Amino acid sequence: MTGTALKRIAPQLLALAALVGLVSLFYPGFLSVSVNDGRLVGPAIDVLKRSAPVAILAVGMTLVIATRGIDLSVGATMAICGAVAAYAVSAGTGLPVALALAIGAGLLAGLWNGVLVALVGVQPFVATLILMTAGRGIAQLITEGRILTFTDPAFAFVGSGTLWGLPFPAWLWLALAVLTALVMRRTALGMLVESIGINRRASALAGVNAVVLLIAVYMAMGFCAALAGLVVTADIRGADANNAGLWLELDAILAVVIGGNSLLGGRFSIAASVIGALIIQTITIGIRLAGFPSEYNLVIKAVLVVVILVLQSPRIAAEWRYWRDEARRKREAEGKGTP
Amino acid sequence: MNTRTLPLFVTIGIFLAGCLICWVQFPNMASTRVLGNLLTDNAYLGIVAVGMTLVILSGGIDLSVGSVIAFSGVFIAVMLRDTGLHPLPVFALLLGLTTAYGACMGWLIDRLAMPAFIVTLAGMFLARGAAYLLSIDSVPIAHPFYQTLQNAYWLMPGKGRLTLIGVLMLLTFVLGMIVAHRTRFGTSVYALGGGEQTARLMGVRQGRTTVLVYAFSGLMAGLSGIVFSIYTGSGYSLATVGTELTAIAAVVIGGTLLSGGAGYVFGTLVGVLTMGLIQTYIVFDGTLSSWWTKIVIGLLLLVFILLQKGLLHLSETRLAARDA
Amino acid sequence: MVLSIRSLTKIFPGTRALDGVDFDLRAGEVHALLGENGAGKSTLIKCLTGAYQRSAGTVRLDGAEIAPTSTVEAQDLGIGTVYQEVNLLPNLTVAQNLMFGREPRRFGLIDHRSLRAEARRLLAEYGLDIDVDRDLGSYSVAVRQIVAIARAVALSGKVLILDEPTASLDAREVQMLFKVVRGLRDRGLGIIFVSHFLDQVFDLCDRVTVLRNGRHVVTTETDALDRMALIEHMLGRTLRDEVLHNPPPDRGPRPEMLRFTGIGRRGVVEPFDLTIGKGEVVGLAGLLGSGRTESAELLFGLRPAQTGEARDESGKLDLPGPRAAIGHGFGFAPEDRKTDGIVADLSLRENILLGLQARRGWMRPIPRAEQNRLADDYIRRLDIRTSGKEKPIGELSGGNQQKAVLARWLAMNPRFLILDEPTRGIDVGAHAEILHLIHDLVDQGLSILVISSELDELLAVSNRVIVLRDRRHVAELTGAAISGEGIMRAIAATEGAPA
Repeated sequence: MTGTALKRIAPQLLALAALVGLVSLFYPGFLSVSVNDGRLVGPAIDVLKRSAPVAILAVGMTLVIATRGIDLSVGATMAICGAVAAYAVSAGTGLPVALALAIGAGLLAGLWNGVLVALVGVQPFVATLILMTAGRGIAQLITEGRILTFTDPAFAFVGSGTLWGLPFPAWLWLALAVLTALVMRRTALGMLVESIGINRRASALAGVNAVVLLIAVYMAMGFCAALAGLVVTADIRGADANNAGLWLELDAILAVVIGGNSLLGGRFSIAASVIGALIIQTITIGIRLAGFPSEYNLVIKAVLVVVILVLQSPRIAAEWRYWRDEARRKREAEGKGTP
Repeated sequence: MNTRTLPLFVTIGIFLAGCLICWVQFPNMASTRVLGNLLTDNAYLGIVAVGMTLVILSGGIDLSVGSVIAFSGVFIAVMLRDTGLHPLPVFALLLGLTTAYGACMGWLIDRLAMPAFIVTLAGMFLARGAAYLLSIDSVPIAHPFYQTLQNAYWLMPGKGRLTLIGVLMLLTFVLGMIVAHRTRFGTSVYALGGGEQTARLMGVRQGRTTVLVYAFSGLMAGLSGIVFSIYTGSGYSLATVGTELTAIAAVVIGGTLLSGGAGYVFGTLVGVLTMGLIQTYIVFDGTLSSWWTKIVIGLLLLVFILLQKGLLHLSETRLAARDA
Repeated sequence: MVLSIRSLTKIFPGTRALDGVDFDLRAGEVHALLGENGAGKSTLIKCLTGAYQRSAGTVRLDGAEIAPTSTVEAQDLGIGTVYQEVNLLPNLTVAQNLMFGREPRRFGLIDHRSLRAEARRLLAEYGLDIDVDRDLGSYSVAVRQIVAIARAVALSGKVLILDEPTASLDAREVQMLFKVVRGLRDRGLGIIFVSHFLDQVFDLCDRVTVLRNGRHVVTTETDALDRMALIEHMLGRTLRDEVLHNPPPDRGPRPEMLRFTGIGRRGVVEPFDLTIGKGEVVGLAGLLGSGRTESAELLFGLRPAQTGEARDESGKLDLPGPRAAIGHGFGFAPEDRKTDGIVADLSLRENILLGLQARRGWMRPIPRAEQNRLADDYIRRLDIRTSGKEKPIGELSGGNQQKAVLARWLAMNPRFLILDEPTRGIDVGAHAEILHLIHDLVDQGLSILVISSELDELLAVSNRVIVLRDRRHVAELTGAAISGEGIMRAIAATEGAPA
């Protein structure tokens, strides 16, 4: 089983390794780590820390995409949750209450999307567009258009603290990914999510409660968005309703796609998606370290998407199978011709 | 009456009701000055929304347009700064470029049989990246011809200014209406949005139509980029982030079905004006904050999506009842 | 002879959908093409319309050999087709649909005025006077069908294929359509009419061709044929396995387990009563479209019934949906395995365990060792041939997929299992195995409802047979009364049948 799991994420691991090698070529110190004040410091550690928002989102997005859905609203949800937490902390509710409120807001956003998708039957793209548009307005409503700053050091720790040598956000996304993967694979959730993504009709007929499952998946996405929003807000010690999580939904989708998960739903790998997030961040930081202008970043992302799309395309796959079969037939025909 | 036209009437109704509310609260708003500004401020959005309407009618989506507008602005600004060319040939070059860019995306969508959403997402990254590569900083446009363009307006009675770009937007809508409703290509677009399989059975050339519709959207994005550069007098690679979503919202609020096949270009004009009206109202009010725009637009989106879901359900049950 | 087909063969990987079929169509005749699901009707039509390319054989239109590669090409050659559903676009106006691709233009732009006039003129030929500016979707199916015919004839003009055009029309609308079809026949068109409504075939058609399992069975003048003979040709004798000709063991009267009373839904199935005994096989017989599958869907709650109730010994059962039905111990193996049965990308093991796992809930996963044991057990018991239980089920053959779907239900230990066409598209060997399996399961006390188009299959397994016709349950045969002839006579009876 671990063998097949490793095989599944091998392309992503290889891509990441190749990328690290490439960056090291331009910037030899990329992998070097030094200890400073009980903290590990180095470009690679920086990648681990800065991957956090996208990696956390990618965990939830993997599940949503596995159900053949998509969630465009996660960036806006991040902004809402960050604003809620910052507002609560500045209002003096204490950190636990603030965190609970923020996570509650994320779950609520997920519930809203889930109900629209699973019960009302709106296409996921359209359904989540509503919150994507209105969500940032709601976040601004909470912050009243300002950047809501706070000074609570415990909250700031979520974004920039260090635990056992590593940045706290790195621990957070690692723990979330491992836990989610465990829950998915140790319970039957993973299989049920995949089954509704592949064939919702047949699954429902076999007794799978597709409606509840879909809503739960969107709520899990909302939970992840809340965590990501907390990390971003805590990192800059302020809730910026305008920019928190801006366009991160697209990066999260990109991470899932780089992770080799099909946009058409079905089989998923959370590990591969998280490595996808690492790849994106390595590119971003690598370009800067290697001395290229960061403007290349988007161009490289675009090329990546196109390459992956070509690899995933059902039409290309069919053509590839056709040529392979043709070649085999030809070989067999030749084999028969020369007894 | 066709059920298909009902969302259009709802759109117009909402716009008129909005006008009425504005007029009752702020009688000053009923001036040609406000009207002129409404057209000028939303010109680039309206133009790009025309292209988006056709794409959505065909059952697709184009996320790249915001980036293409930004790229266009930077491209024009850099070309005018670094070459001695007159703006007109630069415009022509740019429109050719963005049209070809859209066509390429359409070709990929058709060839790869992948969702338009993700292909145009790549297009969004690429266009924005290309804009960055040209220049990260805002590049001012100082060509005298631009001054001429910026100062071209017709003074309406009541001192409202009907600007060139405002007129250009209205003309674009006329063009969009002609393409959508008076050409075989337009009918093919509706057919494709109504059902790919049936459309193919009826003889729609799916590949060609897909390429053309994204090419048209690219052309509109380029034109919108020109208008935006005239409007702002500069090219900036960070401009118009998220305009694609505003355009999609305008199309949906204009009564077009997001899954394709039903809607009117005229509805999109009303949608754009409605969104502009909300902003104008908030400016006039002075106490309301700008974020209410987003929330109200989100609410309108919700209303229209539910309305269309309901209409679909209604027509299905009505037909089922009749067949029974 | 406008159309002449010789030895038409179409091979798909693993199956021969058409096997050396001959077919002739005269100008000025309506020729019925009959057969149950899988007989090859739709394959034949798709070979004519260019949707499929034939593997062997010749097709001649007006004496010239043709091989269209697309619907449009077939249309240009003169073959037009009207399907049951997907003909035209409901979101375009009637006029746009009629004139699509040939819109009259002035100065390069579509001239809406002459478009309307032309559309009205076309429809007038069919006696249809409607507002051509309204969306096609706002008209009834009958009007849509006539518009589709008008378009097809205007574009092609030699051969018109009508593929189940009356499936959702009422009697009056059928007559309206037939008037149009007869008019076209008198104008000299060759018309192929596919339908499963025998009354309509006798009413409209000059000749009949029956296909079964991809082969040509008979072609004859309609007048020379009686209903019994026609039904026998369609349902036929297909099983070669001698064992299966033995009637099922007489299990004697069974204690009643389930009682459905007045279950029905408007426009789907008329209200019917049904009792199921413990350890009994009840067969549902009837032609395609008679309401067999729909009855099963109502029993399973897949379509909620509008009337009636279900009871077992403990009292009333609610059936709002599949999950409730499963909770009552029901199971349903649907006819269309690909879309309703298998979850293609999941492994064989996961497909077998899906239902059981869904019932247990996600919190209580079946331990891996138990999963393996169950999967291996069912793979062995049902003799599912696979290179391993981790193989994606989509890669298995049809028969093995069907067995896996059965295994999924058996793993849940149901008391009442509905099998809709359990042997459709399965090779002969697997066919016999599945029938044996049904016997074994019933011996273990399971109650089964079998839907089948194959008479022999029903005879081989059923203790009782319910016959359906025109969405109504019309007869119930028990004991010695269960015979091929008895079933066919019940299907053929015309009294009370509309249209």
